[in-house]
Amino acid sequence: MFKKIILMSLVLILMPLSMPANAVLDIEITGGVVGEHPIAIVPFSWEIKKTRQSTAVSQVLASDLKRTGNFALIPEKNFLERPHHGGEVNFEKWRALGVESLVVGRVRPGKQGNYLIQFQLFDIYKGDQSDTAGPDEAEYKIKQLIGYSLPTTAKNLRLTAHHMSNLIYEALTGNKGVFTTRIAYVTAKGGVKSKRYELQVADMDGYNPFTILKSSQPIMSPAWSPDAKKLAYVSFENKKAQIFVQNIDTGKRRMVSAQKGVNGAPAWSPDGRRLALSLSRDGNLEIYTLDINNPRLRRLTRNTAIDTEPNWSPDGQSIVFVSDRSGRPQLYQVPVKGGRAKRLTFLGNYNARPSFTPDGKKITLVHGTSDGYQIATLDLQSGVIDVLTNGRLDESPSIAPNGQMILYAASNKNRGILSIVSIDGKVKQKLVLQQGDVREPAWAPFRKP
Amino acid sequence: MFNKWLVVILLSASVIGGCSSTGESKTDEGGTIVEDHSTNANAGTDTGASTSGLPANQTFQGDPLDNPSSPLATRVIYFEYDSSEITADYQESVLAHGGYLAENPDASVTLEGHTDERGSREYNIGLGERRAQAVRRLLLFQGASDKQVVVVSYGEEKPVAEGRDEMNYGQNRRVEIIYKR
Repeated sequence: MFKKIILMSLVLILMPLSMPANAVLDIEITGGVVGEHPIAIVPFSWEIKKTRQSTAVSQVLASDLKRTGNFALIPEKNFLERPHHGGEVNFEKWRALGVESLVVGRVRPGKQGNYLIQFQLFDIYKGDQSDTAGPDEAEYKIKQLIGYSLPTTAKNLRLTAHHMSNLIYEALTGNKGVFTTRIAYVTAKGGVKSKRYELQVADMDGYNPFTILKSSQPIMSPAWSPDAKKLAYVSFENKKAQIFVQNIDTGKRRMVSAQKGVNGAPAWSPDGRRLALSLSRDGNLEIYTLDINNPRLRRLTRNTAIDTEPNWSPDGQSIVFVSDRSGRPQLYQVPVKGGRAKRLTFLGNYNARPSFTPDGKKITLVHGTSDGYQIATLDLQSGVIDVLTNGRLDESPSIAPNGQMILYAASNKNRGILSIVSIDGKVKQKLVLQQGDVREPAWAPFRKP
Repeated sequence: MFNKWLVVILLSASVIGGCSSTGESKTDEGGTIVEDHSTNANAGTDTGASTSGLPANQTFQGDPLDNPSSPLATRVIYFEYDSSEITADYQESVLAHGGYLAENPDASVTLEGHTDERGSREYNIGLGERRAQAVRRLLLFQGASDKQVVVVSYGEEKPVAEGRDEMNYGQNRRVEIIYKR
């Protein structure tokens, strides 16, 4: 009896500590060039008495930054010192390692039993050429790029670490960090006769997954609302395709389209008030827009071809979609107000699943050739298609809200996996579900307050 | 105007289908049936469409849907890659299903359209829909009514074979005819 209690409390204590068990998606950097910017992240000192470190903050920072492909992380075993504050840094020792940027920090007790993370980012070479600094000023103050004290809790330690990654990434690249954003995806487990489908939301690194919908019937095409609070998706739970909009925080949802025939491919307008979708209510698939709160449909295409996979331009003025009106699936663009559709792709016999990059200058797509299906970008000005991946069944590209990485579905040893490729195609990594298939990723936008 | 052309096309397709299938040993009687229905459809009557042309039925008691040697026993129509054309192999069966629905107005079917996994998922929903609609048109042409036929496309979402070669893909490119009884 007593032993049992000890055992149980052991389990309770261990659970939050065994972080890898929470990561349903394992991340593996699979290829591409090593980043050019040499950075060292010193393990933070843990100054909380009687509590073990639940998350190694510096490890979260390291894996976040590594994932971008912009950085070369200096291995810890090469470090000549392990400072935790600027005053302790001997910059000569880091210069000797060829480091350009250095991160040091510590986790200290905060108010009411909470934590306080203090960290600093240094440019090793900053101020070397100038003599403007007064003789009294400490070297580390000249070289510091950013320094923060961030209050947090045991539960939010990982999230705070991602927030720190954002601050570091922004300071060093000028791009907004996406480390606190989330992803949605569909999982499928079981044999062909007993498939179970789940729509899940997780942190962008695969941690903290939670299921927002379970079904014995297929779930498709999750699409984030522009405020990152809702997901639109297609569910076959009633033995036909219907579109739902679900609030991620409350779990409440609403059926927004259940027309006769196909209800598919929902895509949000930038103002979050309308969905573009594909309906077959008039006989074959056509593009429509739907006013969500004042249910009104507007039809944008009219022909005997398949018209589907609409995506709204960031300026809200046009919709890009796929159509096989020319005989093969190609991309077209049509004004939201209605009008003639303009063909965008002429290269390759299969171009589908278009979506705009956040700056509206490119479109990500699935490009099919005799070598299978790969993820590509289309430059709208030059019309050039850049193929970024080399799988045979790559699909469902979803771009990060900062436009720097593309999340997509791929196939690995007959299993569906998620992969990430940088926008220039140089860095690739895969996210593998521990069992079953994972597919149809959707990278959430930045969350608006 | 368009509909008229469609009828002509479908008609010639079914006659051709019927003729070619008479050349195959196992479907001798099938050709007869197809021609019967075409004639009846042309004449505008709906009473002539009967299963009396099926010699196999003479010894079979009960609903022809349950007769394993009837063309109605074929409930899965397979398609070529990226095609929604009902091949000659399956025309006899699809036409028989249309005839059966015409004679049994209380019967109804769901046509599930499926594709293989290659290509984009929502586009494949479109392809599955197109395949199921091709079957539906032929059923309606045989006299089935619109409300007897429901179309659902699952695209690549419900494969019956999960391997990644042409043999598996071929099994997944299909329309399933599912009776509600």
